Amino acid sequence: MTGPVTIRVQQDDFDVAREIAGLTRGRTDIGAVVSFSGICRSDEDSAKVAALTLEHYPGMAEEEIGRHVDEAISRWPLDGVTVIHRVGRFMPGQNIVLVVTASQHRKAAFEAAEFLMDYLKTSAPFWKKEESATGTGWVEAHARDDEAAARWTKS
Amino acid sequence: MKVKYFAWVRERVGKAEETIEPPATVRTVEELIAWLSGLSETYAYAFEKPKVIRAAIDHAHVRPDAAIAGAREIAFFPPMTGG
Repeated sequence: MTGPVTIRVQQDDFDVAREIAGLTRGRTDIGAVVSFSGICRSDEDSAKVAALTLEHYPGMAEEEIGRHVDEAISRWPLDGVTVIHRVGRFMPGQNIVLVVTASQHRKAAFEAAEFLMDYLKTSAPFWKKEESATGTGWVEAHARDDEAAARWTKS
Repeated sequence: MKVKYFAWVRERVGKAEETIEPPATVRTVEELIAWLSGLSETYAYAFEKPKVIRAAIDHAHVRPDAAIAGAREIAFFPPMTGG
């Protein structure tokens, strides 16, 4: 791969346009950039969410994301990858996670971004705690997320 | 070795990390969970559903039968819900 890899876990918000520009600035060989933003939403399984708190395992979170970025780079011809995951307390509408992939062609950029998000959800050590009118509790993992990640397993 | 707990496992244990010295007969992650569960009702409650608990050794995911020999840091946590 010929391009930058950035992995950050932070409390601060991110600027999608600035992160995309960070991958494409000064380059004329990149033909496709895909960005995925994960946003705190108010409706979770029919309950109204007031806020989400994201906890992580410092050190392992960055390393685990790094392992999946390495795998993405080995599977698709990428020219840059940025993954930012926020931690802290968030209200509906606020950014939580950003994945940006750059490549010569769109297929690699789309697929790599989806691959990274599927694995971020199931194997990066982050946990969500949800506050709603009915109380506060840890979000349970969804089987659908495991199934989404399993699609990428080579058979 | 250092042990870290996250999310509801941390809340149930009542601490984020500690240093433990299990006996040499405790060889695997699942044996460590069983040993911790025998220490007190607090640990027994935290690990009451051992199949749900995920573990990592030195920042890498491991299975319940993974050997703990030589581990610097072992972490226990529920299935991940980030992204």
